[in-house]
Amino acid sequence: MSEQPPDPRTDADVDLRVDADRGELTTRPATILLAIAAGGVLGALARAGLQHAAPHPPTGFPWATFTINTSGCLLIGVLMAVLGHLGGGHPLARPFLGVGVLGGFTTFSAYAVDIQQALVAGAPGTALAYLAATLLGALAAVGLGDAVTAALLRRRVAR
Amino acid sequence: MTVLLIALGAAVGAPLRYLTDRAVQSRHASAFPWGTLTVNVIGSLLLGGLVGWPADPAVTALLGTGFCGALTTYSTFSYETVRLARGGHRLLALANVAGSVAAGLAAASAGYALARALTG
Repeated sequence: MSEQPPDPRTDADVDLRVDADRGELTTRPATILLAIAAGGVLGALARAGLQHAAPHPPTGFPWATFTINTSGCLLIGVLMAVLGHLGGGHPLARPFLGVGVLGGFTTFSAYAVDIQQALVAGAPGTALAYLAATLLGALAAVGLGDAVTAALLRRRVAR
Repeated sequence: MTVLLIALGAAVGAPLRYLTDRAVQSRHASAFPWGTLTVNVIGSLLLGGLVGWPADPAVTALLGTGFCGALTTYSTFSYETVRLARGGHRLLALANVAGSVAAGLAAASAGYALARALTG
């Protein structure tokens, strides 16, 4: 890993400083956009299913969306570590799994609106707890997913 | 029916996030993830408006759960924050967190208030 130049990627969806990302829409625009759309549909339906199974009142803690966002963050950490290890992997892997499935599964709009609705419903404690728990849980999950995956891949290479 | 509407909204929302992110990045070459911030704020504004509007469940499924849900992303937002912090851009990471949460909440509140005002 240390012999490779440092990965300039910040954005998991698309980062124009990464050569492969910059060129992908010119080489195969329809395939890329279809892969993202298909992944997005799968991710969104999984999210809707979980939210439907575990609804919350306006003053309650949105456990379903909390679980969706933190688990999606764990998985993006895993995915990007694997793809980084493979030098990018299959050209459709990041668009389908990262931009599509995980991007469609996790949601920032429901996070923001649920906090706002808890405030409107007179539950500032729930709003603040949900705001902080999701944020800290999501960041820790990305770090954990990345660290565990990178360690496992290093052991595999060392064997 | 609801499943189809969610799928349709997501099939548009997810590619639109990707295209918006590209368009924003091509205009603002910077380490700060302006593209993701843009889609997250727009999606929060729209979803806030939908929640404030006495919307039909079909409209909520299509535009709220499907479109806004897939247009916005928590995984990319978190990944970017961790990458910024690890790359030595701690201040940008902090700004991304504070800026995204503050702007997302402000947008959700504005959308909600606007919809409420319009519908009386």
